[in-house]
Amino acid sequence: MTRVHDMGGRFGDGPINPEAEDAPVFAEDWHARALAVTLASGFLGQWNIDVSRHARERLSPKDYTRFSYYEKWISGLADLLVENGVLTHEDLRGGGNDEPHPLAEKMLKAEAVSAALAKGGPADRPSNVAVRYSIGKEVVTTRPAANRLVDGGHTRLPIYASGAKGRILRLHGTHVLPDSNAHGLGEAPEPIYAVAFPASELWVSPEHPDDEVVLDLWQSYLEPT
Amino acid sequence: MPHDDHDHPHALLPPEPALRVKALETILTRKGLIDPAALDEIIDTYQNKIGPQNGARVVAKAWSDPAFKAALLEDATPVVADLGYYGRQGEHMVVVENTPAQHNMVVCTLCSCYPWPLLGIPPGWYKSDAYRARAVREPRKVLAEFGVTLPEGTSVRVWDSTAEIRYLVLPMRPEGTDGMSEDELASLVTRDSMIGTGFPRVAS
Repeated sequence: MTRVHDMGGRFGDGPINPEAEDAPVFAEDWHARALAVTLASGFLGQWNIDVSRHARERLSPKDYTRFSYYEKWISGLADLLVENGVLTHEDLRGGGNDEPHPLAEKMLKAEAVSAALAKGGPADRPSNVAVRYSIGKEVVTTRPAANRLVDGGHTRLPIYASGAKGRILRLHGTHVLPDSNAHGLGEAPEPIYAVAFPASELWVSPEHPDDEVVLDLWQSYLEPT
Repeated sequence: MPHDDHDHPHALLPPEPALRVKALETILTRKGLIDPAALDEIIDTYQNKIGPQNGARVVAKAWSDPAFKAALLEDATPVVADLGYYGRQGEHMVVVENTPAQHNMVVCTLCSCYPWPLLGIPPGWYKSDAYRARAVREPRKVLAEFGVTLPEGTSVRVWDSTAEIRYLVLPMRPEGTDGMSEDELASLVTRDSMIGTGFPRVAS
C-alpha cells in the first residue's frame, strides 16, 4: 500500500480553479517564508530530497488532507528537524536554549543562495545494474504499489499504475532509487525509464481511445510481460 | 528513524500556519541555523528572477531556430543550460512537442514536481488535489476547465512526473506569427501553454 498523497485518478475532488497567469507567485507572505525556510534548512545537509518528500507523505492522513500545501511543507520540516536531532521537542515548544549549534557552520548565507540554487542536485549516478529493457519493449508494473525494502516506506510507483501494462518510451539513464534513499539505505542507482500506458489500461472509462499516460519508473518497478 | 511517529513534533508549534512558519523561522534563526537574509534572497529569486519568462525564451527560440529545436527535443538539459537555465528542480529536463496529432500535458500526482529553472514555482492549481487527482484520468475534462478543447483527432499524452525528470511542453507556434522576432514570440508564450493546460496567446 502507498499513502494518502497517492491520489492520481481519485474521484470527488471537484473542479480545478486556475489562477490567472499573472497571479502572485506566493498567494500569502507566509507561503514564501515556508518555502524559503524549508529550502534553507535543507542546506544543513541532514536529509535528502527523498527523505523530505517522505516526511510530507508521513503526515497523518487527517493532517495531509486538512493542511494546505505549505502547511504540509512546514509541518514535514518541523518533524524532520526533530527526527534528525537538529531541534528538540523543547525547542519547538519555545523553551530550548540559544547555545551555539553544532550545525551553525553549515548555515546557508545570503551571498551563497544564488550559487546554491543554480547548482541543483542531480539524481543521475553511475550504476552497475544492467539496462534490462529496450525502447518499445512491453513491461508490466509491480503490484501492489509498495516499497519492497521498508514496509510502508517511500515509493514513486502510484497505485493507479500498479499492475499495468505499458511500453518503454525512453531510457533516462541511471538514477538514485527513492525507495532506498528515503530510508538511509543508500542511493542504489538503477535504470529509469519513461513508460507509456494506454489510458484504457488504467481507467474503466477512458476519455479517448488514443490517450496515454507516461510515468517515469525505475527498473525494479517493472517486470517483463 | 521512526516511520510513523504518531506524536508528530510539528503539533508542538502554533497551529495557525503563518504563526507556525514564523515560530520555526525564529527558532532556527536564534540557533544560527538559518539566515533571514538568505530567506529574503531565496524569495526574491523565485518571485522576481526565475519564472515562466525563462521557459518562454526557450519556446520562442525553438519556434525560430530548427537546429535549436532539434537539439532541444533530443537532449534538453544541456541545451537549456547553455541559455542559463539550470539548477534546483531542473537538473534533468525533457521537452515534449505538441503536434496536430498529439497534445502533451504535465502533472505530478504524488507531490508537485515542476521545472523550476524554466517555469519558477508552480501555481496553486498545479499543486491542488483536484489537478493531481484528475489530470491523469480525465485530462480532457480538466482541459475544458482551462478553456481548452482539442480536435477529436488529437490524442492526449499526460506526463506524470514521478521521478527527478522535469517536463516542459513545447506548444505549437500560433498562426499569423511569420516574421516575428524571438522577443515578440516569447510574449505570446503563456505559463499554462508550457504545462499543457493552455495555448499560446493569439498574435495581435
